[in-house]
Amino acid sequence: MSIIQILFFALSAFAIGSAVMVLVSKNPIHSVLWLILVFFAISGHYILLNAQFLAIVNIIVYAGAIMVLFLFVIMLINVKKDSEPQKQFLVKLLGVLAGGSFLTLLVALVKQTAHIQGRNLLMKDGVIGLIHPLGKALFTDYVVPFEISSILFLSAMVGAVIIGKK
Amino acid sequence: MPIQYYIYLCLALFSIGVTGVLTRRNAIVVFMCIELMLNAVNLLLVAFSKMFHGYALVQNAASTTGIDAQIFVFFIMVVAAAEVSVGLAIIVMMYRNTHSVDINFLNRLKN
Repeated sequence: MSIIQILFFALSAFAIGSAVMVLVSKNPIHSVLWLILVFFAISGHYILLNAQFLAIVNIIVYAGAIMVLFLFVIMLINVKKDSEPQKQFLVKLLGVLAGGSFLTLLVALVKQTAHIQGRNLLMKDGVIGLIHPLGKALFTDYVVPFEISSILFLSAMVGAVIIGKK
Repeated sequence: MPIQYYIYLCLALFSIGVTGVLTRRNAIVVFMCIELMLNAVNLLLVAFSKMFHGYALVQNAASTTGIDAQIFVFFIMVVAAAEVSVGLAIIVMMYRNTHSVDINFLNRLKN
């Protein structure tokens, strides 16, 4: 078992365990903290795939900005810890059942797809995840979507301010 | 590393997100589960980009096949950031009107 496989399985177990803890935690603040750990595990996966730019952006944008926004809102509106009543057992059971059957269905589909049988990933080689090729593609082929995304940000900012002011 | 491992990991993360959306009643936690599903899809896009990049490198050593997927992931992150800012503003407004973030109280459009 190579070091890459060991890292892959360790990061995967870490990600899935933290993702389950996001659901299980009663306190929303604990959920946010577990979700930050999931994002760190996914950033580790990006580094394992040599997608260095996305790993850094994932940490800065998701773990840094978005999750702080979540924490800020939770602390602002002061969610009560036990606001969820206990009689929801049937709903929880059915939800877990639905999610489990969704997973089973998709895994069964992937298992019999002929396209991807025996295909391997390039793990640590390849330069497409580095800043230089990504920046070159972003500012030549994808410059129009890049500018449109700035308009999207402006409209989102205006929308958030208008909704928040009411 | 076979591509199946990454597909199974991302399916597991996505299904955990789906289960969270179905079972939790706190609107903020539901929103966080949506973020989890977005991240699972991002990871799968990067894994597939590396798969196709590996096969293109065999034919042409200077190929940049697969870079589009990573640009897509970048744009998904941009859209997710915009979505979170608007969504959290809506949740705060909802809390101001109903003093609750429980999604079971938000069935007033029904009548």
